[in-house]
Amino acid sequence: MTPLLQVKGIEKRYGARIGCTDVNFDLYPGEVMGIVGESGSGKSTLLNCMAGHLEPDAGQVVFDTRAGGPMDTVTMTEPERRMLGRTDWAFVHQHARDGLRMSVSAGGNIGERLMAVGDRHYGAIRDKAVDWLGRVEIDESRVDDRPTAFSGGMQQRLQIARNLVTGPRLVFMDEPTGGLDVSVQARLLDLLRGLVREMGLSAIIVTHDLAVVRLLADRLMVMKSGHVVEAGLTDQVLDDPQHGYTQLLVSSVLQV
Amino acid sequence: MIELRDVSKSFTLHNQGSAVIPVMEGASLKVAPGECVALTGASGAGKSTLMRVIYGNYLAASGQVLVAGLDVAQAEPREILALRRETLGYVSQFLRVVPRVPTLEVVAEPLLTIGCDKTEALDKAASLLARLNIPEGLWRLSPTTFSGGEQQRVNIARGFVHDYPALLIDEPTASLDAQNRETVLSLIEEANARGAAIVGIFHDVGARERVCDREINVSEFTPGVAA
Repeated sequence: MTPLLQVKGIEKRYGARIGCTDVNFDLYPGEVMGIVGESGSGKSTLLNCMAGHLEPDAGQVVFDTRAGGPMDTVTMTEPERRMLGRTDWAFVHQHARDGLRMSVSAGGNIGERLMAVGDRHYGAIRDKAVDWLGRVEIDESRVDDRPTAFSGGMQQRLQIARNLVTGPRLVFMDEPTGGLDVSVQARLLDLLRGLVREMGLSAIIVTHDLAVVRLLADRLMVMKSGHVVEAGLTDQVLDDPQHGYTQLLVSSVLQV
Repeated sequence: MIELRDVSKSFTLHNQGSAVIPVMEGASLKVAPGECVALTGASGAGKSTLMRVIYGNYLAASGQVLVAGLDVAQAEPREILALRRETLGYVSQFLRVVPRVPTLEVVAEPLLTIGCDKTEALDKAASLLARLNIPEGLWRLSPTTFSGGEQQRVNIARGFVHDYPALLIDEPTASLDAQNRETVLSLIEEANARGAAIVGIFHDVGARERVCDREINVSEFTPGVAA
């Protein structure tokens, strides 16, 4: 099997400071990988480098495209990368406001991505939007409301619907459940897990919540000061951490 | 089916003066299909550790851990995940689930992840829950609010819903009444009869003597005790 994503020697520096360095891994279709670490450890820098939002200083991000097979997304042209961002890739921001158009209706938010890949039939687009609102458990009657009228949890679910409507194969998520209250978090986790299973998605999830990765991620990467200090099977890393920092991280979690 | 060759395990506590605690040395065992082996030994002897080394959530320090031909100590995460989906089941003492998911789906999940038809998976889950005396009224609720014994039975149902060729069972009868204990033991016997290799921890001596073919005392593998 060809890996969906191959990350080779990614490095990003901010002047003399290290953003992230020497990151290597392969992600296979259907796999969900978590990236954990404290604030400032380079998780989001790495995610943005992989998703093409930041240009890495070194390294390759090779994606197995539908048309052309494995291609390095760092060196591909801007239009190619944008096309990928609209079709096979999706990016769920921590703050739903960063990933939504706040002045456009909920249905419009979902429809926009469909139109970007060439859908033109208004009725079909609207039907799809309504279908996806249902899947993320937002009532159909809210299709014409703007996201400004939605609660934080609903906005986050709308953002997920907008991202998944075009059937991407790889989803990048930056703290998808951060800032939501726990009952909404649970709903969102349940939803994400179902979608991952049904659509065969691969995902990379950045979070600092170890409980979230235990439930969602198959694999885990632990970062500290821009370096990957440990990687492996999620329950192995959490139950039997090998690196001192991971041990500290795991033992610092408050028990409920 | 399950074979350990000279496996050792130690914990290094980096944040407590880098103390190294060796917990297992020279562990070797072999479990054939259709065999049920009990791990015995005092609390802290390393029964659960050994089981977790087989399941792959503890990393063996050295040696080989072969399950259906795959060396769990060396394998890639995705190989271990595939092994757990298809071949190796684990009934732990604690239920860990996504909140809000109904019990019936929690139990059916191992079947759904291997691509089983949804109706079929739910049917099988329902028949197991019925057999384990979980009242039907609870099937639509999340098991997070259930009593200890109910959670344990949900966990057992989840472990037996797919016919795993290899099973690890940790204290399956600990907090169960006589009737449910009986059901669980017959589930184990049935799994054995269809050819599953089983490694179990049973504190219940009666249960152990009834379902197990052999006992392995893990204190033989405890460093400093073994010759």
